[in-house]
Amino acid sequence: MNLKNFLNRYSSLLVVIGGLILWQLVCTVFQIPDYIFPSPLKICESLIEFHQPIFEHALQTLYTTIIGFAIAVIFGMWLGVVIGTSPLIYRALYPILVGFNSVPKVALVPILIIWFGSGTLPAVITAFIISFFPIVVNVATGLATIEPELKDVLRSLGATERDVLIKVGIPRSLPYFFASLKIAVTLAFVGSVISETVASNKGVGYLMISASSNFDTPLVFAGLVVIAVMGIGMYEIFARLEGKMTHWAQRDQVSAR
Amino acid sequence: MQTLVDLDKVSLSYTPEDSLVLAETSLRIQEGEFVAIVGPSGCGKSTILKLISGLISSQTGDVLVEGKAVKGAVKIVGLAFQNPTLLPWRTTLDNVLLPLEVVEPHRFQFKAKKQEYIKKAKALLNRVGLSGAEEKFPWELSGGMQQRANLCRALIHEPKLLLLDEPFGALDAFTREELWGVLRDLWQLQKFTVVLVTHDLQESVFLADTVYVMSARPGRILFTKAVDLPRPRTLEHIFEESFVAIVHELREHISIARQGT
Repeated sequence: MNLKNFLNRYSSLLVVIGGLILWQLVCTVFQIPDYIFPSPLKICESLIEFHQPIFEHALQTLYTTIIGFAIAVIFGMWLGVVIGTSPLIYRALYPILVGFNSVPKVALVPILIIWFGSGTLPAVITAFIISFFPIVVNVATGLATIEPELKDVLRSLGATERDVLIKVGIPRSLPYFFASLKIAVTLAFVGSVISETVASNKGVGYLMISASSNFDTPLVFAGLVVIAVMGIGMYEIFARLEGKMTHWAQRDQVSAR
Repeated sequence: MQTLVDLDKVSLSYTPEDSLVLAETSLRIQEGEFVAIVGPSGCGKSTILKLISGLISSQTGDVLVEGKAVKGAVKIVGLAFQNPTLLPWRTTLDNVLLPLEVVEPHRFQFKAKKQEYIKKAKALLNRVGLSGAEEKFPWELSGGMQQRANLCRALIHEPKLLLLDEPFGALDAFTREELWGVLRDLWQLQKFTVVLVTHDLQESVFLADTVYVMSARPGRILFTKAVDLPRPRTLEHIFEESFVAIVHELREHISIARQGT
């Protein structure tokens, strides 16, 4: 095992460890107070000390995120198929979708709270509305870029639009779909945490807001760490799923890994 | 010999504002005939294939296939383009089987007769020199091999009419000549009707019974040449005087056609 292989394999881990060491050194050497910028060790202490409430709040966030994300997957897939197969609907809906996606979702949370009260429901909805857009766009792109020659080959045999969709469209858009899931699931975390910080008494977002009002900065950072870890975990799950389901589309990356 | 395809004074433009793509094109193809259509780029050669296969319809004039006016998909055709468009998630064998999953009556028997179809597909792949590649994915094949598989896909449902749109245009010269031989052999064995659109005059003379030269847009048939060279033709024939004379004759007509633009 030479150095290059070693680096290829563990580069991300080395960056994390190096970053943490540097961070710890800066905090120790310049004696930065914890309530301004806590050191990694301090954050660790906080994670251990409050592990019970952190775990409960993290579970709540994970729960709202997954439900919101699941709705986004179903809805996004459906809308992506509709938009991707009909140029007319594509033209009709695309500007609205882009406009909707440009609105900062945090601005919608107060409205959702007026409609649905505080707590789990607005968090689920925020996770949903923030994460469905990349799924729609990717599925639609996969479907809209079918080679016209291939469509001609099938249509000349009497294939219906549905045949083309099932035999070609859906399998062809799967790599786009799975690529979008990785992005969408991390966005879903952003959505539920935003909503929790605005109005909830559960979830990591709420935990961070209440810790911050107590000037318990290490606990705020502990919350950030928990969100990041959950995000990486979900991303990794969908990255693996992508690799399994669409190996034919990854042939170039296999050698690069 | 019966007439299989009959185009009678067909004119067409893609949108009402556009100028004509085809102007009163007439063309009659006999059953079992190998026809090549050559002409300058954009002269509507591919449009003729789309008309015959029922993918588009003409504004004026009649398109008849098997004596019936073409309305919608013709279903007795096999199509192959320059771009092989094999599905990357299917093996070569499954790619060749695709038309049988779609075209009637095979689509209703596909599950029941699958073993029979697989046998047939393997035999066809074997005939074009692709035995051993059945379980490979298209991206594991060279361009020439992909084009062979593409031909198999166009022929698996035993179409009466094979429509080819510059199928060998993107291949290197040696592979192209090899595939001329593959197509010639397939045609001589099964005797389907072929309409080959090409830029390559040698290719058209090597393969076809009749070569049609089209004018620049709007396309019309300028010149019809019956190629009466003996069959089977081999690559050596390309350099014989009678062969070269026909290619020259066609080339002259093409340059007249190009001056029209």
